Amino acid sequence: MQSKRTIFPNKLLPYLLLAPQLAVTLIFFIWPAIQALKSSFEREDPFGFRTTFIWFDNYRRIFADPNYLSSLGRTAIFAISVTLLSMALSLLLAVAVNRLLRSGKVYTTLLVWPYAVAPVVVGILWWFIFNPSIGIAPYILRGMGINWNHRIDGNQAMILIVIAAAWKQISYNFLFFVAGLQSVPQSLNEAAAIDGAGPFKRFWTIVFPLISPTTFFLLIININYAMFDTFGIVDATTMGGPAQATNILVYKVYTDGVLNLNIGSSAAQSVILMLIVIALTVVQFRFVERKVQY
Amino acid sequence: MVENRPFLTFLTHLVLIAGVVIVVFPVYLAFIASTHGPGEFVSGLVPLLPGSHMIENYSMIWNEGLSSSGAPPIWVMMLNSLVMAVAIAVGKIVISLLSAYAIVYFKFPLRLLAFWIIFITLMLPVEVRIIPTFKVVADLGMLNSYQGLILPLIASATATFLFRQFFLTIPDELMEAARVDGAGPLKFFRDILLPLSRTNIAALFVILFIYGWVQYMWPLLVTNDSRYYTIVMGIKRLAASADAEPLWHLVMAAVILAMLPPVLVVIFMQRLFVKGLVETEK
Repeated sequence: MQSKRTIFPNKLLPYLLLAPQLAVTLIFFIWPAIQALKSSFEREDPFGFRTTFIWFDNYRRIFADPNYLSSLGRTAIFAISVTLLSMALSLLLAVAVNRLLRSGKVYTTLLVWPYAVAPVVVGILWWFIFNPSIGIAPYILRGMGINWNHRIDGNQAMILIVIAAAWKQISYNFLFFVAGLQSVPQSLNEAAAIDGAGPFKRFWTIVFPLISPTTFFLLIININYAMFDTFGIVDATTMGGPAQATNILVYKVYTDGVLNLNIGSSAAQSVILMLIVIALTVVQFRFVERKVQY
Repeated sequence: MVENRPFLTFLTHLVLIAGVVIVVFPVYLAFIASTHGPGEFVSGLVPLLPGSHMIENYSMIWNEGLSSSGAPPIWVMMLNSLVMAVAIAVGKIVISLLSAYAIVYFKFPLRLLAFWIIFITLMLPVEVRIIPTFKVVADLGMLNSYQGLILPLIASATATFLFRQFFLTIPDELMEAARVDGAGPLKFFRDILLPLSRTNIAALFVILFIYGWVQYMWPLLVTNDSRYYTIVMGIKRLAASADAEPLWHLVMAAVILAMLPPVLVVIFMQRLFVKGLVETEK
């Protein structure tokens, strides 16, 4: 690993410098993760007196549980919808801002602040808008002949959390797309324009391929976001319901473990989630090493 | 601009205005709701124009809170959030600066191992290890305390990486010159490295402050004493008060107050915010 050409010769000092971070990491990250791994192989009796080692029983049970499998499916639908919706909107806005010179800055300021809104607050905002009795969206939808009630209709509940989660992520994607677009050399665009390519053709054949590293990076980040950072949104809007329709994995770990105290199953679910995060991180870092090149 | 196309420019503004409307509308509705009296929400449609109860609602929620849902006054929760967000940001920055300094400027046995232990925290967000982390905090007697709210969120691989990247770009000559002049490692760190890192520290502070402020699941788990509620988790309690319809006008006033500090930080420190965001993710 890289370090400086000349270094300080102290023997003890580096350990002291590292100690705070290592202590926090070991106590609050590594040790709990090991515990999660351990209790995912155990079953605790209802009174907590005895734990038995049961190999992969918890995992076997999870994957035989229709609720878990449906939660897995729901999470996939949710993550893909949020990612596509949010990235498409953000790309459109970023391309628009990139066309402007001075007024672009004003628009940028007006578009980036939702990054700072907490997911649970985002959930409450959209819960208010879609509230079946007083919300404005159901009112408009009624006018169009659609009866909105996400407390009963699972698909509508899913649509609600997708909208809320995508809304929050627009600002983040927008900033990265703008940065990506600004790194596209202007000369390429000008050359294509001289050759007679219109703005749309230039975008699809030159700009879009050149920002593919950004797009790919955001794809991973958004999937990660939708899977793990949306707990607050689900908790504030649907609480996993109706009938498990929006019970995404990270919410299910919480309800099974914290509310229903099913420690073994929840731990096994945690381990599966960790594997997903590790897979996403590895993909992301592989990509950072070898950017898509032209 | 490659060529002048008035229609396309018109379209561009149209798209952006639509985007701004989409982004602002939910917050506008919430703000409007927070300026009305309780009677406006009985039936039908939410009001779309400001009402006359703004000062009344805000002062009520700020000073008294909602006793029916067991939530303390908003100012208590805002203060808790502020303490938590600032402590997380400062804590992460301090421990990351120190550990990045150790990793870049020293060679010692187990250096690679230490690096990997820190690296692995990237893969263990609090959401995937809730119960065992909760148990550790409970065993240490840190439930319902600021330490319990702050410490488990304080380790940060991203900040360590950022500082490591940055330290690697600092010319070796600076350190050699400092050594020739007789500066020890701590003096070099304090008098040269820290001043050079100032912008990075500020940018990171903005991002980490927001990160700390918006935490929800963790405060929900480790606090059941209302003196330690943070605003973001307290709002959920306000909204879910008993079995009645929520008191929309007060909930929305709390929502506006809860998002104000981090949003203002983003708007007024936009350059630092963008720098912090883009660099921590690279």
